[in-house]
Amino acid sequence: MLPLLWLIPTLPLAGFLVLALSGKYLGHRSIAVIGTSSVALSALIAILIGIDFIAVPPPGFVFRQEAWIWIAVAGFSPGIGFYLDALSLVMVLVVTIISFLIHLYSTEFMTGDDGYARFFAYMNLFVGSMCILVLADNLLFLYLGWEGVGLCSYLLIGFWYRDSGNGRAARKAFIVTRIGDTAMALGLFLLFTHLGTLDIQSLMQRVTQQWPEGSELAILAAALLLGGAVGKSAQFPLQVWLPDAMAGPTPVSALMHAATMVTAGVYLIARTHVLFSLAPPVQLAVAVIGALTLLLAGFSALAQKDIKRVLAYSTISQIGYMFLALGVGAWSAAIFHLMTHAFFKALLFLSAGVVIMSLHEEHDIFRMGGLRKKLPVAFWTFLIGSASLAALPLVTAGFYSKDLILWQAWSSAGGNPWLWAAGWGGAILTGLYIFRVVFLVFFGEARAATPPDTRRPGLRITIPLIVLAAFSIVGGWIETPPFLGNLTLFSSFVQHALPPAQVVHDGKNDETILELLAMAASLGSIALAYLLFLRYPAFLHGLMLIPALARIRKFWHFGWGFDRFYEFLFVRPYLWLAYADRNDVIDNIYKMAISFTLRWLQKVDRHDVIDYIYSGLAELCLFLYRALSATQSGQVRRYAAAIAAGSIGIIFIGIFA
Amino acid sequence: MILPTLIFILVAGGVLSWVVERWHPGSAKWVALATAGIELVLTIWLWLQSASAMALPAHGGWLAEIRAEWIPRFGVSFHLAMDGISLILVVLTAFLGVVSVACSWTEIQERAGFFYFNLLWTLAGAVGVFLALDLFLFFFFWELMLVPMYFMIAIWGHEKRQYASIKFFIFTEGSGLFMLVAILALVFIHYGSTGVLTFDYFELLNTAMSPSTELWIMLGFFIAFAVKTPIVPFHTWLPDAHTEAPTAGSVILAGVLLKTGAYGLLRFVVPLFPQAAGYFAPVAMALGAIGILYGAFLAFAQTDFKRLVAYTSVSHLGFAVVGIFAWNPWSLGGAVMQMIAHGISTGALFVIAGILQERTHTRDMRRFGGVWGVMPRLAAMGLFFAIAALGLPGMGNFVGEFLVLMGLSRVNSVLASVAAVAFVTSVVYGLALVQKIFHGENTHGWQLHDLSGREMATLYSMAAITLWLGLYPQPVLDTAALAIDGPRNIATGQYHSGAE
Repeated sequence: MLPLLWLIPTLPLAGFLVLALSGKYLGHRSIAVIGTSSVALSALIAILIGIDFIAVPPPGFVFRQEAWIWIAVAGFSPGIGFYLDALSLVMVLVVTIISFLIHLYSTEFMTGDDGYARFFAYMNLFVGSMCILVLADNLLFLYLGWEGVGLCSYLLIGFWYRDSGNGRAARKAFIVTRIGDTAMALGLFLLFTHLGTLDIQSLMQRVTQQWPEGSELAILAAALLLGGAVGKSAQFPLQVWLPDAMAGPTPVSALMHAATMVTAGVYLIARTHVLFSLAPPVQLAVAVIGALTLLLAGFSALAQKDIKRVLAYSTISQIGYMFLALGVGAWSAAIFHLMTHAFFKALLFLSAGVVIMSLHEEHDIFRMGGLRKKLPVAFWTFLIGSASLAALPLVTAGFYSKDLILWQAWSSAGGNPWLWAAGWGGAILTGLYIFRVVFLVFFGEARAATPPDTRRPGLRITIPLIVLAAFSIVGGWIETPPFLGNLTLFSSFVQHALPPAQVVHDGKNDETILELLAMAASLGSIALAYLLFLRYPAFLHGLMLIPALARIRKFWHFGWGFDRFYEFLFVRPYLWLAYADRNDVIDNIYKMAISFTLRWLQKVDRHDVIDYIYSGLAELCLFLYRALSATQSGQVRRYAAAIAAGSIGIIFIGIFA
Repeated sequence: MILPTLIFILVAGGVLSWVVERWHPGSAKWVALATAGIELVLTIWLWLQSASAMALPAHGGWLAEIRAEWIPRFGVSFHLAMDGISLILVVLTAFLGVVSVACSWTEIQERAGFFYFNLLWTLAGAVGVFLALDLFLFFFFWELMLVPMYFMIAIWGHEKRQYASIKFFIFTEGSGLFMLVAILALVFIHYGSTGVLTFDYFELLNTAMSPSTELWIMLGFFIAFAVKTPIVPFHTWLPDAHTEAPTAGSVILAGVLLKTGAYGLLRFVVPLFPQAAGYFAPVAMALGAIGILYGAFLAFAQTDFKRLVAYTSVSHLGFAVVGIFAWNPWSLGGAVMQMIAHGISTGALFVIAGILQERTHTRDMRRFGGVWGVMPRLAAMGLFFAIAALGLPGMGNFVGEFLVLMGLSRVNSVLASVAAVAFVTSVVYGLALVQKIFHGENTHGWQLHDLSGREMATLYSMAAITLWLGLYPQPVLDTAALAIDGPRNIATGQYHSGAE
């Protein structure tokens, strides 16, 4: 099966091509079949390759395939090539399987949209680009997938293009992530200039051989790559684009938040972890950025009214956990959480989509309520997703992955109690904000402005929800802590690509205590959410009457004011300058110089020096004319006198000359 | 004999279409299409032939050459030669020739014979410029290219065509004078030191002169090419000329004529004056980087579709300038790649602007919006080429820009970081373009018919080429590589000593 690797990205791309070129002539049914089956096939191939890979591992746990050399100039020769190891296998499985489920869901969800073909074309391109990103064997080809993912996010966020607000959100996403991408491109220049290759594996080898730990170049290179990762994964300070990215259709959000796009940054750092280990300050920065982001976004999630914005901030926060894990060197924990997060976040978005659809595009959780009975499928699946997100102990996937991160944030070489505390605080926030949504939307009294459309969602919506719900529960059981069976299926598999975290602060008691604290955070926050949002909502209303608290709530609601800050610092000045200079100041300088010169010449030469010559000539003619015509008097006496005078003159000359 | 044939076909085709239009109105475009088509077939055939020829290492990079006496008394000869760079630029010229005939098909109704005469003669001049290796002959073609282009803008242009055409003429002609003086100075200095009066490129290559003289003469050439390329601050003729020209004029201006400037820098400025160019390189690279950013910045502020595209040319050609003066294999390969990719993608954007203008009689982007709803095919192509212009990987421009900046970062990493800001600013203008025209609500209620078969064929082929350049650019890079090595070997040592 391994030689079929190239088909995994190619199939969705082929689907894109077919839909883009002939979508106009196809019916809904064939569009859905082409769009979904291309991803389904590539998921199937990924699964078969995965089975093959585990059953008969290729030598060195690595399989490579190169299609052709992309660009070859003087020693620079990145190829269109694929690299499969344990890490990229996990990634490609997550990407293709979840994308397939989301595509299946979309075939029903998007029914009746006049951009049906365009939607599936973009979605296929999105999946294809993401597969390229995770399978690329060199950083330039990875960059192609990276930018392709950015483009697709732009296209899909702005999918309903008639609304200019959607266009604005879409452009924001592309521009902000492109800022990070530019840093990453500079990183590639630096790496090639000093190490002479962009092939990831040779790069990692040369990095260890040529750059000592903590060397300036290693720090600079890692920092530049981090810039790219921060942009794509919506981490501080480039997190501002993700909340607005809700403008796209709901399946798009599910795809972006779970399978593609935002996980790219985490993958990049894991992929180049050797470089990051050589740059301890950058690695610390990764951890701090993660910790900071997970808290900032957690507070913001707590203050949202729009159900999708809660989920968006939740994604930022959960990616923050992954960054925290990467920062402390817990590589496989980060990827493990990436996987479980993909399950439950896709689930949450898709079931939120059902809620929104049945309430006729209502996004405000305060106008929902009591939907538990009316939308049972959405309720149960959303509940499972929320439980997993809130790391409900023992039964959910989220518990196992988050727990691992918290433990390693404390115990590993790069970890410390502060990072652990940030993660623990974030866990409380997580339970609070997500169960706030659960209680407001599904419990209590119906507050909907319009009664819900309670037609049962069809199978194409229900099946993905149920499958994802199952994953959100059992997906964590492949990696359990020591006192719960100590299964290490995931980490020992990923170990072939990522070194295990080095535990330095070890102690049996520590681990148990931390474990219990984590469980307490999860259960306690859910209980608190129940009390605050369902049982005694009046208490919170009372608190909000205090102006200072209301102001804080508003501040969180607007994402800590980053948007306004950037607006004043970058957007406005750029717009203002562009407007001021739209006629090109350089052209104006030329124009001014020319008109000034002309005016000066006119002033000096008002009557035109050259013209004097011509008018002088004219006056000479006139003078001669007058003088000569005066001789034509018609008097015979004068003529005779003139003839006599002339004759005398000629004789005079003849004698004396 | 193939080289003079390439020029002669266009000259003869131009005359023929003028004449034929008098007998059979409406037939000039067919003659022009046939002429450009034959030219394209010939050049592609040449390219395929050269693939085997270039494999020979002893070749020195020159694929074909012809030299005949012209004015022996002054050492002027009819000397044409083709290497990889001139080959791909000639292919580009021929292809855009076909494109520009196709996009004038219904746009040009008045005095069509004279129009196609001017179009083909401009192309002939450009092909001559890319092939001439005698400085006098080069200057001859340089001038030949301008006059018909002047007529194209002045006669078939839009509202402000008089102003734009005169500005175009003054800028290019004025800067051409600097080059003429510099050519004569170079020739006389060469005569003084060797006693041989010649305008031949190869013989003038190693002319000995004092550093300050070299610098002054180099600047004479540089100004002519800088105006043409264009390099900020000599770019201001370009937005007016591109905007006011008929569609074919804009395509040829952006796709071909600007390339003659960059080609001149690559072929003449650095090899003839390596030390002075090396000494001057930091300034030139800084100007190029300023152009990259300034062009992108101004493009964003425009409300006229064609004017926006015109400013993106300033930005894109800035990459070519930077790449040429960074003078290493990566940056030079990138510069050539950028010239080709820009020719196709910007040409396509002008074609799209022309299609819209033909249907709506406006280029004002404030009057557009929601075109996707009525012309989905055109809108998809607009999106495609806007994305190509902002340098998305997988499309031609990316390969050029990436290689240029990668080469530049070896020479001057600070400048490379500054220029890389254009990755962001180009997204800003590219997406603004898409938003203002294709997305949004169709508030003006445009009812437009989508692309015709001819328009589709034009744009789809350009899109296919853009993807090919982006995903498998090797044929272009390989063709250029040997030709780049030639001048590099001539000049590199002195260039870098000049830089120090």
